[in-house]
Amino acid sequence: MTAKAPLTLHINGRDHAISVEPRRTLVDAIREDCGQTGTHIGCEHGICGACTILVDGEPVRSCLMFAQQAAGKKIRTVEGLADGDTLHPMQQAFMDHHGLQCGFCTPGFLMLAVGVLEREPDISDEDLLDVLASNLCRCTGYQGIIKAVRAAAKEMRKAPQTSK
Amino acid sequence: MKPAPFTRYVPKTLDEALKILAEVAPHDGRVLAGGQSLVPIMAFRMARPAHLVDINEVAGLDALKVENGKLVIGARVRHAAFHKSVEKGALGALLATVVKHIAHYPIRMRGTFCGSLAHADPASEWCLTAATLDAELVAKSARGARVIPAREFFEGIMATALKDDELLAEARLPLLPAGTKFGFNEFSRRAGDFAMASSLAVYTLKDGKIAEARIGIGGAEPSPRRIPEAEAVVNGQAPSEAVFQAAAEAAADAIDPLEDHQTNAEYRRDLVRAVVSRALEGSL
Repeated sequence: MTAKAPLTLHINGRDHAISVEPRRTLVDAIREDCGQTGTHIGCEHGICGACTILVDGEPVRSCLMFAQQAAGKKIRTVEGLADGDTLHPMQQAFMDHHGLQCGFCTPGFLMLAVGVLEREPDISDEDLLDVLASNLCRCTGYQGIIKAVRAAAKEMRKAPQTSK
Repeated sequence: MKPAPFTRYVPKTLDEALKILAEVAPHDGRVLAGGQSLVPIMAFRMARPAHLVDINEVAGLDALKVENGKLVIGARVRHAAFHKSVEKGALGALLATVVKHIAHYPIRMRGTFCGSLAHADPASEWCLTAATLDAELVAKSARGARVIPAREFFEGIMATALKDDELLAEARLPLLPAGTKFGFNEFSRRAGDFAMASSLAVYTLKDGKIAEARIGIGGAEPSPRRIPEAEAVVNGQAPSEAVFQAAAEAAADAIDPLEDHQTNAEYRRDLVRAVVSRALEGSL
């Protein structure tokens, strides 16, 4: 039915009981219904990557999934990266290497890079460049982002992060 | 940029999915698999399906196996499944090469092989692959199943031989003989963009001469297809730059080029010439 239906989204280890229409995209549900506004919405048609999150460990565009499709799946967003006051190595590296300026694309880049490195810790520098071409940034010229992700990759290989 | 309202169905078995599809197909019902093309089109309201049969929870559609000399790819096998070779022969290596050109990593996590074929974008890498390798496409509906050869499957820009109540349940690609050579090339202005032209070249060597050549072109005509004129040029010849160039010329002459706001016919032929020669050179 096109009417709202109840479902539970598991975001960063917390359950959010919500009720949405089938047409509600996952990113809209995360922001509007669950109040988790760290995930940004850019183009709403899968091009810019600002809404990239992890669903069951896979980096996906949350504007191209419907919220009801994510019921019962493990969702991770930028809010779940830091451990209390301690930033995730990827967040720290973005600060250290000028991986952001305005910050709009940053949550998407962080989740993309963390997701790919957790799946493929030994990914080559060349393949990493291809991965980072997935998302759009209009401030940094990408060089800072590339440096940050390569630095974070080294850190993450030293101390593998446990996923929440 | 929000999709229009629709009813979503979440069948758990193929029979259930086909039954629902038969009921909703006459009322603008469609299949939702990875959603990486359909959902953007819905966001733009270029498509407003009233019913979506979501096959993401249907058991058994993620089969990816070799059977009777063919690689069987189920309806829900995602692009990312091909990042690593799915079989030890040349076909696995070919698919692992081609998949890297499909959109971007997060799109490849969700989008499906069969969904790409059913969507039939002229620029699709998998449509080119299916056409070049003469895939068999298995369409299933509540009425039964039928096998459609790739050359009869693609009917134009985003048009296929699938009926409204049919699901593309699996694609079958022939395994390639040991020693098969292949090369793939596509041209787009930015990494991950739609191909403005692409080519897949596949052949074997017999006593140092090219045999059983397959040269496919994508993104240049309404549907991807093999170009017999280019294949005839290379068959029986030893691989060389001159032979490859001649094949590229033959392909550029043979196509009926698509034109759009950024690509006129002459430019499209130039691109075809370039991607064919690069695909052939990449096969060495």
